[in-house]
Amino acid sequence: MRMVVTASADPPAAQLKTRGSAATGDQRFAGLTILMATGALTTFLALATLLAAYSWPSLVRYGPGFLTTTAWDPVFARFGAAHLVYGTLVTSAVALLLATPIAVGTALFVAEYAPDWLGEPVAFLVELLAVIPSIIYGLWGFFVLAPIMRETVEPALQATLGHVPLGGALVAGPAMGRDLLTGGVILALMILPTIMVVAREVFRAVPDTQREGMLALGATHWEAVRYAVLPYVAGGIAGAMGLGLARALGETMAVTMVIGNSSRAISPSLFTPGYTLASAIANQFTEADTPIYFSAIVEVALVLLLVSTLVNLLARLLVARFVRAPAAVSAG
Amino acid sequence: MRTLPAAPPPATAPLERPALRTEHLSAWYGTRQAIRNVNLDLAARRVTAIIGPSGCGKSTALRCLNRMHEVVRGARVAGRVRLGDEDIYGPGVDPVRVRRRIGMVFQKPNPFPMMSIYDNVVAGLRLTGEVPGRQLDAVVERHLRAAALWDEVKDKLRQSGASLSGGQQQRLCIARALAVEPQVLLMDEPCSALDPVATFKIEELIGALKEQYTVVIVTHNMQQASRVSDFTAFLLAGADQVGELVEFGPTGRIFTNPADQRTEDYITGRFG
Amino acid sequence: MIVESARGSLHVASQGERRRHLVDRAMAAVAAGTALVGIVALAWILGYVVWRGAPALGVAFFTERPLPYGEPGGGVGPALVGTLLMLGAAAALSIPLGLGTAIYLAEFGRGPFARVVRFVVDLLAGLPSIVVGVFVWALLVRQVIGHYSGLAGAAALAIVMMPIITRSVEEVLRLVPDGLREGALALGVPRWRTILGVVLPTARIGVVTGLLLALARAGGETAPLLLTALGNQFFNVNLFEPMASLPVQIYTYAVSPYDDWHTKAWGGALVLVLVIGGLNLLARVASRARRL
Repeated sequence: MRMVVTASADPPAAQLKTRGSAATGDQRFAGLTILMATGALTTFLALATLLAAYSWPSLVRYGPGFLTTTAWDPVFARFGAAHLVYGTLVTSAVALLLATPIAVGTALFVAEYAPDWLGEPVAFLVELLAVIPSIIYGLWGFFVLAPIMRETVEPALQATLGHVPLGGALVAGPAMGRDLLTGGVILALMILPTIMVVAREVFRAVPDTQREGMLALGATHWEAVRYAVLPYVAGGIAGAMGLGLARALGETMAVTMVIGNSSRAISPSLFTPGYTLASAIANQFTEADTPIYFSAIVEVALVLLLVSTLVNLLARLLVARFVRAPAAVSAG
Repeated sequence: MRTLPAAPPPATAPLERPALRTEHLSAWYGTRQAIRNVNLDLAARRVTAIIGPSGCGKSTALRCLNRMHEVVRGARVAGRVRLGDEDIYGPGVDPVRVRRRIGMVFQKPNPFPMMSIYDNVVAGLRLTGEVPGRQLDAVVERHLRAAALWDEVKDKLRQSGASLSGGQQQRLCIARALAVEPQVLLMDEPCSALDPVATFKIEELIGALKEQYTVVIVTHNMQQASRVSDFTAFLLAGADQVGELVEFGPTGRIFTNPADQRTEDYITGRFG
Repeated sequence: MIVESARGSLHVASQGERRRHLVDRAMAAVAAGTALVGIVALAWILGYVVWRGAPALGVAFFTERPLPYGEPGGGVGPALVGTLLMLGAAAALSIPLGLGTAIYLAEFGRGPFARVVRFVVDLLAGLPSIVVGVFVWALLVRQVIGHYSGLAGAAALAIVMMPIITRSVEEVLRLVPDGLREGALALGVPRWRTILGVVLPTARIGVVTGLLLALARAGGETAPLLLTALGNQFFNVNLFEPMASLPVQIYTYAVSPYDDWHTKAWGGALVLVLVIGGLNLLARVASRARRL
């Protein structure tokens, strides 16, 4: 996966022109490339428009209630996606909560503590996590992680948090292993490299003179990092988290295999099986035999499109502001 | 018979033993050697200037004095640097303590932009917590006055450290360095990024600082060295690109009657 | 000024300093620990894939089609063929579009239209692949073609690949020094020939890298193929019929109730990891080797 933030300045090559009869060949060629470029535009516009158009019946019929009710009843044609939104929010929140400290810590290790011969390989290995396809995370999550969650982690959480007043609600119910929590954990692994790569660039962007200024006052290495580097990075880390969130929102296969895909309950317990917007689509699309069912599923995709595009844009704005050029970041 | 009053002792004669003394100081960046066998006595409560053409290793030598050289990956030091009796590179010595006693001001002013002016000054003190919170106000005022900055910022102490002009920022960095009460203050070309007016203010400041602190200043500006310092060390890199100490002595003598031909060549502008 | 003799030695003396140094070492350990988490996860996942997947591999695995449970043997043959065909078709669709757009942005693009194009390419790059799948499903599967097909799958993959190709190639084209372009123009070579005959060949390694990365990404995609090509247990080279693909076959084997099929799922995963890993490695090696 290669994440490239392209510069937006006009290329200098655009200034060059030929003259004479060769110019018509040039014009045709330029026209051809413009046609191709328009193809990109058309594709996106078609996608957005068609998704809106196909979900129109569902939009009209269920209105804003689509996002606030949890019906999903094909027989009586009642569709509400609130539990999908809830599942998406919870798994994303869990993923961010787990992945961010680890990603930032890893970036800190690579950028501030490790010597080059160690830091580069470590960064490379963590970036490899981004190359593994979603289905393989799903396989591993299904066969390895979910059983471990069911047999070890979740009972342990119930034993510890179950007695704490608010914690009890988080770990209520039978621990089956395939639930929102496990979905969040697998997502955390998948967005870990995304956040780390950006966080590392953010650390690199802090000028050395800041660290040295702190060291010269008699600070330990950690104190120099804590007081001279970390205050600089808040905005950039937020951007990194945003990019991680954007990735998490769209993940389908890994999530659908560990999240249970069965309950419509919106319960505070992390042990409830559930859906995300993406996993519901993958799970239900074959069942969409009525027009309104089809329309509802497309509407779910439309919601996903809007939310992930928004998060992506915001995150990239933050990253562009807080991370310096060169703007090409290679994530494996 | 009236006798003439005794001439005051020459201002350049140090009253105490050297605050800092280097013995056979050499330094490397990885395999590339930067300086070799530098022996300097840095007189207590005097200003010593280190001059030389660019690339001669004067900044490297300065950074060896407070163990900042080793912060760069792969950097290495040999020889001794004695603060009083103790070698700062001795076994078991804590670099954090060394940098507390020997402070540094950098070429480009580097106030912490995320902190206010007030917080910048006390940044070093907050690390150890040795000064209780209620005394901090007095400390801030005292050191901002010592850095000749108090009157200009006393009404805006809560503003960001980066909101000041270049010269003010540098004086803030000086106040910050002084706040931890070092014995020695190292200054690495402190005026090279500043305009002449700001430079003049800082040179005045250095003159006042030496009553209390030992100052070592690296400068590529010879006029500044002759204005400001009591002693001058001239460093020069030979054909092997390794800097060596060519000559060291009272500033007056170095600039009017240098002992080494190379010093004279540099001072008269034949190279560098 | 504090009198020198009262300060004590340069060795760590006070409780406070010992604590600060302890915290420093502890934080370094914590940072190293977090780095270890990612590496352990990677090793665990890849190790598991190899361990569970290796027993499934064999000639039959690569050449046979999935057999009904109970019959010995069977494999992912149709899935491999299907993935190759659909990736090939997707490349045929996305390379002209991606390359053309990249050339436009790098060589001709000026002003608001180019900015909009670049923005839209970035938007496309950030689309969740399931959304792309729903789009192609709604348009081609439910409407235009009427049924699941390899063509729909290829279309979905092409939409995924195009922005990756465009961004990589644009970046590489911009790196080609203008001197080359100007030199050719000064010799009377028309613009279009300069681009095709000088600029593009100079950047060819970067172009290939971009293509490899796009293929690696598309090769691992499951969700869009699930919704468009669906899957097929028989060998099929007709793009107008449902078509098997490796990721979807892995999924099908994995969610079945049979242990033997689970092993086959792991085997498929191993093959997928090797292929995708190989493509990425090639891309990395290529981009290190290029002089640009």
